[in-house]
Amino acid sequence: MTYRDAIRESIRDALRRDDRVFLMGEDVGRYGGCFAVTKGLLEEFGRERIRDTPMSESAFVGAGIGAALGGMRPIVEIMTVNFSLLALDQIMNNAATILHMSGGQFNIPLVIRMATGGGRQVAAQHSHSLEGWYAHIPGIKILVPATLEDARGMLWPAIEDPDPVLIFEHSGLYNMKGDLAADAGPVEIDRARIRRAGRDATIITYGATLWKSLEAAEALAQKGIEVEVIDLRTLRPLDDATFLESIKRTHRAIVVDEGWRTGGLSAEICARVQEKAFYDLDAPVARICSAEVPAPYAKHLEDASLPQVEAIVKTVEGMIHAHV
Amino acid sequence: MNRDHTIHLMKQMLRIRRFEEKSAELYSASKIRGFLHLYVGEEAVAVGVMEALGPEDAVVATYREHGHALVRGIPARSIMAEMYGKQEGCSRGRGGSMHLFDVKTRFYGGNAIVGGGLPIAIGLALADQMRNKAAVTSCFFGDGAVAEGEFHECMNLAALWKLPVLFVCENNLYAMGTRLNLAQAMTDLTARASSYGMQAEAVDGMDVMAVESASRKAVDAVRSGTGPFFLECKTYRFRAHSMYDPELYRSKAEVEEWKKRDPIAQVAVTDAEREQIERDVAAEIVDAVAFAEAGTWEPVEELTRFVYSERRPA
Repeated sequence: MTYRDAIRESIRDALRRDDRVFLMGEDVGRYGGCFAVTKGLLEEFGRERIRDTPMSESAFVGAGIGAALGGMRPIVEIMTVNFSLLALDQIMNNAATILHMSGGQFNIPLVIRMATGGGRQVAAQHSHSLEGWYAHIPGIKILVPATLEDARGMLWPAIEDPDPVLIFEHSGLYNMKGDLAADAGPVEIDRARIRRAGRDATIITYGATLWKSLEAAEALAQKGIEVEVIDLRTLRPLDDATFLESIKRTHRAIVVDEGWRTGGLSAEICARVQEKAFYDLDAPVARICSAEVPAPYAKHLEDASLPQVEAIVKTVEGMIHAHV
Repeated sequence: MNRDHTIHLMKQMLRIRRFEEKSAELYSASKIRGFLHLYVGEEAVAVGVMEALGPEDAVVATYREHGHALVRGIPARSIMAEMYGKQEGCSRGRGGSMHLFDVKTRFYGGNAIVGGGLPIAIGLALADQMRNKAAVTSCFFGDGAVAEGEFHECMNLAALWKLPVLFVCENNLYAMGTRLNLAQAMTDLTARASSYGMQAEAVDGMDVMAVESASRKAVDAVRSGTGPFFLECKTYRFRAHSMYDPELYRSKAEVEEWKKRDPIAQVAVTDAEREQIERDVAAEIVDAVAFAEAGTWEPVEELTRFVYSERRPA
C-alpha cells in the first residue's frame, strides 16, 4: 500500500458513500491522474462522476464552487499547487468569502485536492509549497496529510465539512509504502499529533518534512537527544494547543517547513510560541525552511534549497549544547 | 401584448429606476457608503430576462445588481437595509451594494470581480444537470467580462458539457471607462460566443419586450437540454460607472443620444396608469428607506461569525 493507493481508496470510499460526490479535474479520468492517484476510477464510476476537464483551472474550480452551492459534494483535483494560482480568484474571492458575504446563507461544501512540494528536480514552476500561504486565508481549511492513515482518512471528513477544504498532498510522498489497517477509515481533522515523543526539544512540522524530522530524531536519539516531533496535519485552523503543551515540557522549539521563511507559516508558528509560551522557552525558536530562491533544477542546488535531515540534526544539537 | 403585462413591465423598470435614484441620493447623504454602481438606463435587461425565469431557476449577477435583485423578488427593504449595512439586510450587512444574496430566490450574489460569477454559474448548472433538475442558471455580466480569461474558459466548458446556463451579456459599451473598441479586437460579442459552439443572439437591450421575448426563447432552449445560450443585450448606462466616476471618457452628447432610447419611455401606458405606478413605487421606496433607517447594527461581538459554518456534522 502506498500513499497514492491510500488516497485513491479514500476517493473510492467517498464516491460509494454519497452519490452527491463526484471528482473533476485535468486528466483524472482516461489518463488516470497525473500522479496516477485516480487510476481505474473512471472505469468503476463512469464519466458522470469522474470528469475530465479542459485546462481551465478557474472554470472548473469555480464550477466546483457552484456545484457545491447547488447541492453536490464535488472533489476538484488541481494537478499541482502551481496551477492552483490560475484558480486563485475562485478560491480566494469566491470559495473563501461567499458564506460571509451572504451573511451565512450560502456555505460551500467543496474539497480541492492538489499536489504540493519540491524535491523532484522539476524546477521553479513545479515545486512550490504554498499550503502555508493558503493558510493565510480565513474561510477555507487547509489539510496536509503526511501519513498513510491521514491520506486514507482525511477526505471523508473534508467532504462532510460544510465549508471549503483544501488538501495538499506532497508529491514526494505518493510512492511512500507502508501498512494500513484493513479497516482504516475517516480520521479527525482538528488536531495535530505527536508522532514521536521526546523530552529535549519539540519539532513542529507537517507533510514531507515530517519524515525528515523523524529521521533526524532517530539520529539525535543515537546521540542521547530525545526530540518530540509534532505533525500539524491541519494548517488552518492551526492547533497550537498541541505544540504549546509540548514546548511547556521540552522548552525548545524548532519549526521545519518546506515553505519559504519570510512571511510563511513558520513565522506564524514562531509568533504564537512567542505570544503564548515565551517564558517556557530556554532558547529562541529555530526555523528550518526552504532557501529564498525559486526552486533550482540542478539536484545539488535543489537539495541545498530544501530542509534536510542534517540541518535539522545540527540545529537541534546547537540549541541543546548552547543552553545546557 | 396583454395590457396588464405591459403595466407590469413598466412597473418593474420604474421600481429599479426610482430605487437607484434614491440610492444615489442616500449615497450623497452618506447613508450608503463603499462602492455604488447604478443600473439606470439598463433596466429593460434585468426586467426582460427575469420574466423568463421561474422560481426553480438560479441567478448570478455582478456588482451592478440592485435591479436584478429587486425584480428577482428580494424585497426592496431588505436590499436597502443591506446597503445601509444593517443586519436586517439580505446579507446581514456583510456584503453591501455589491454582494446581495438571497437563498429563497436562488440569488447567488453580486460579484465584484469582473467575470468572477461565470464559473459559479456553470457549477450551479452542472449541479442541476447532474441532479436531473430542469432549472436554468441565468448569469449576468458586462462586455468587460468578455476580455477575461474566465469568460472563455466558461464558454467552452458550458458548451462542452451542454450546461443549462443562460449567459446574459449586458453590453453597455464601456468596461468601466474603456470603450469596447479600445479594449477588444473583435467587438461582435455574439459572434465570439457562437464560436464556442453555443447558441447566441443579440437583442436591443433598451426594448424590454424584445428582451423578454428573446429571453423566453433562450430559456426554453436551455431548459429543453440543448446546452447554454448566449444572449447579448445591447444597452447603455445613463449614469456614471460608480459614484467616483467623473465620466471623462464619453461625451454628454453621446449620453443624450442614448437617453432618447430610454427603455422606460419606450413603453406606452396612459398618464393615469403611470401615475398609479409611480405612487406605488414611491410608497415601496419610502417603506424600504424607513425599514433601513429603523434597522439595527450587528453587535461587534459577532464580527467573526460566518467565516465558517456554525452547524457542523456530528
